[in-house]
This record gives sequence, C-alpha cells and structure tokens, in this order.
Amino acid sequence: MTSLLHLLFAPGFLASPPVRLALLTGGVAAFVSGAVGAFTVLRGQSYAGHALADLSVTGGSGSYLIGISPLLGFAGTGVLAAGVMDMIGIRRPRGRDLATGIVRGAGLGLAALFLFWDTTHTNTSGVAVTILFGSMFTISPAVIPLVVGCGLVALAIVAVFYRPLLLSSVSADLAAARGIPVRAVGLLCLIAIALAVSLSALTIGTILSTALLVGPAATVLRITDRPGRATVMAALLGVAVTWLGIVLAYDSFTWPPRHDGWPVSFFVVALIFVGYLLAQLVGRRRPVRRVES
Amino acid sequence: MFAPFMINAWIVATMVAVVAGIVGFFVVMRGSAFVADAVPQGAFAGAAGASLIGVSTLVGLSVFALAGALGIGLLGRRGRHDVATALTLVLMLGLGALFLSFTTQYSSEIFALLFGEILGISSSEILPIAVLGLVCIAAIIVMYRPLLLSSLAPESGEARGVRAARMELLFLIVVAIATSMTLPVVGALLIFSLMIGPPAAARSLTGSPLRAMALSVVIAVALAWVAIAASYETDWPVGFFVGVGGAVCYAGGRGWAAWSAARLPSAAPSPPAAPAATVGS
Repeated sequence: MTSLLHLLFAPGFLASPPVRLALLTGGVAAFVSGAVGAFTVLRGQSYAGHALADLSVTGGSGSYLIGISPLLGFAGTGVLAAGVMDMIGIRRPRGRDLATGIVRGAGLGLAALFLFWDTTHTNTSGVAVTILFGSMFTISPAVIPLVVGCGLVALAIVAVFYRPLLLSSVSADLAAARGIPVRAVGLLCLIAIALAVSLSALTIGTILSTALLVGPAATVLRITDRPGRATVMAALLGVAVTWLGIVLAYDSFTWPPRHDGWPVSFFVVALIFVGYLLAQLVGRRRPVRRVES
Repeated sequence: MFAPFMINAWIVATMVAVVAGIVGFFVVMRGSAFVADAVPQGAFAGAAGASLIGVSTLVGLSVFALAGALGIGLLGRRGRHDVATALTLVLMLGLGALFLSFTTQYSSEIFALLFGEILGISSSEILPIAVLGLVCIAAIIVMYRPLLLSSLAPESGEARGVRAARMELLFLIVVAIATSMTLPVVGALLIFSLMIGPPAAARSLTGSPLRAMALSVVIAVALAWVAIAASYETDWPVGFFVGVGGAVCYAGGRGWAAWSAARLPSAAPSPPAAPAATVGS
C-alpha cells in the first residue's frame, strides 16, 4: 500500500512549498472557474470566456511594461474587455461571437505591441511564454491574497445573482417578461467570467483557464441537468482534475525525454478531455429530459 | 520598403489577404468566429510538434489544423458547438505545451508564430503558400452556392438537398487550409483579425454577397499592405497593426451603416440598430 502511494505521490510531494502553493492557487482558480463555467456553458459563452482569457495576456504584458501587479493588469483588462464586448454586443449569438472576436483581435494586437516592447526594452524574452502558458510551480506567494479576493468576488456575483442569472441564461425572453434586467445581468455574468479567467490565466496560464472554465462544466452538464448541482459539481470536478494534474506533473519529473517534468497544463487538459468523452458516453445512455440545443 | 528582401513579404501578404478576405466572408456569414479563431491557435501547437520531430513547419501546421477542424466538426455534432470548439482547442494547446516542454530553444520562434513574422519569408516558401491559397479559393468557388445557401438559410438548404453538417465540415477544412498558409505570416493570434475584420466591415457596407466578398478582399489587401508598411516604418510587430486595423475596419463599417440608416430611414427596411447582424441570421 505504501509503495503504491509512493508510486502515485512521489516522495516529498506534499513537503515541497512550490507544490503546496500550486495546489492552493490551482485549486482556488479551478473552483471559481468551474462554478462560473456552468453559467458560461449554459449561456453558450465559451467563446467569450476564451477571448477574455486571451485578452488578459494584453493586461499581463501591459502590466509588465508599466510595472504594476500583473493580477491588476489581468483582472482590469478582463473587466474592461467584458464591458466593451457588452457595449458593442449584439443580442443574436452570431453577432455576439463576431463582436467578441473583434475585441479579442484588437486586444491581441495591443498584446503583440506590449510584448514587443517588453522584450526590447527590458530584455526578458521569456515573458511571452510565461504569460501564455503560465507556470504553476513558479507562482509567487504574494499574489495569493489577490487571487483569493478576485475569486471570492466572482463567486459572490454568481451566488447573489444566482436566480436572475439562471433564468436569463435559460430563457432571456422569460426573464425579461419577469422584469429582470437581462442586459445588466449579462454584463455581470461577463464580469464574473472575466475575473475567473484572469485569475486562472495569471496562475495557471491561458490554456488552462479556458479548459477549466468550459471543461468541467460541460462534462457535468452532460450528466446532470440540474443547474444548482451542476455548478457545485463542476467546481469540485475542476479542483479534482487540477490536483490530479499537479500530482502527475510532479511524478513526470523522472519521465523521458528531458527528465524535467511534463507541463501541468497538458495533464489537466488531457484529463478534462477524457472526462468529457466519458460523460458523453454515459450521458447518451440516460434518457434525455432536456431538449438538446 | 520595396527592397529585394521585402518583395516576398509583399507577395505573400497579398495572397494571404485575398484568401482571408474570401474565406473570412463565409466565416462572418456563418457566424463561426470561434472556429476561425480556434483552428489557427490550435494549429500553432502543430508547428511546435513539427520542430520537435524535424519536419517542415507547414506540414505540422496543416496536420494540426485539419485534425482540429475534423475534431470540432465531429465533436460538435453531439452537444454544444462552442463547447466542442473550446475543448478541441485546449486539447491542441495542451499538446503544444507538451511539445514545447520537450524542446529548449524556441522562445523567439514562438513569438514569431504567435504574432507574425513577415520579413523572414524565403522565396521557396512562396510556392506552397500559393498552392494552398489556390486550393482554398477553388474550393470556395466550387461550393459557393450550397455554402451560401446553408449559411443564409440552413433549413431551406436542407430542403434542397444541401446537408448542413457536411457543408460545415467541408467549410472547416477550407478554414484549416487557409490557416496553415496564413499562420506563419500574420501569426496564430491574429489571422483571425484579417479573417473577420474586413468581411464584417464589407457586410455592413453592402447587402449583395458577391459585392461584399469583393469588397472584403479589397479591404483585407489594403489592411495587409498598410500593416506591412507601418510595421516596416516603425519596426513594431505586424500583428499589432493587423489586429487594431481589423477592429477599426469593423467600427468604420458599423458606423457607416448606422449613419446611412439614420440619413435614409426609408431606404433601410431592416432595423437600423444592427444591420450587420440582421443579414443572414
């Protein structure tokens, strides 16, 4: 039994400070992303979530340039971009994706410029890679309070506005008829998404922030169709997948070809994808109550 | 600006812009912005894989772009389309992160692939890009009518025997090919601006599909040229000018449409708020 445990948890796993930090921040980011993700998937806003994660690169690279805390840059840009998307947003899904894409394109153009300045003026050519792919094992402990704070705000938005959010996600017309300000609720939801993805983009990279936002929620929504349960289950599933990914990445330090560890993001994404496929198999056997959209 | 080493850049950028303008028109028409965005970004991982096993970047890009397009198409048949796109994208990016972790010397090349590198194009690269571009244009010409029909009115398309799912898959493959040729030039993150900015602007300006497509090509080529010239003058990355320029085109198109709708209220039977969105939905 002990040897099996040792096989899974390489010796010294829990004693290592970077690992503990990764477990903590990764867990927080995954929990928040999973909970917010349920609404992202229900509302069909995966693209907005992905674009906001990418846009936080703009904020990240800009904050390196002017020397403020990256999380402020990440979250600030995210919220700003959410506002712009909503402003030019068109209610129809097609037009909405187009508006999202345009904002994302402009933001990434700026990111290219900022990163170019970062690399030419401060001589740190690795910045681009760090921002894009993140690195869970190099998080600085100083960002923890900010990360937790951002996460709590996003969770609070979801918890406080749970009912109007849900109603306007399921049927915007019905929500409007009940006097819910659909537009304002939509903006709030986008802001919650922006906060969730920016905090996970900062800590675990933009790839994982999209993966954790969409993956667990989509998986869970294949199995259950109760939104409340789905929100909680998605958050927990996200945390589980992230922790398992960290364990595997820690184990992989002895794996070929470089004996330098495989990236956490690869493991987490692979686990999420497999989980989604499995849920799809399981979900298909069950009688479907909800009409497929 | 027109020195011999810049000639290749001008030629390739023009070809890229023409293809982006044509394919992008259908991207905007079908509202598949997310797909057009995910395929290039995921294909970028293929470039990393190609350099790992030592084959040409273009091969890696094409393989991953096609795999991504097929993955999105097949996964999207069951379940939500945007979720399928997002999950395929992150899977490819995860593989990219894995490939990158296997190599050590890649940092500057990544930047070039993500944000575009127009000056490093050699004459030998022109031919494959031109061939892929011609394939895209030929495919669009062949599929033009059924594709337009299934984009504008999927139901009546089905009634006339145009299978929407098959059209979607074929179109995704065209996007994948267009991606593989444009990616090394404008970069993974910004192809997409060239693909949706000009067509979106063109569609705000005219209602006729053919005219909009032609206009979209003209705007895309102009945008690409301006971006190269500006990048040459300022030494800033070309992706910056493409990305911001794409947004400016879109804003200009929307502004023009709103202005002309306000000026001639009788001539615009559609609701004036969002003419760009009303066509084709």
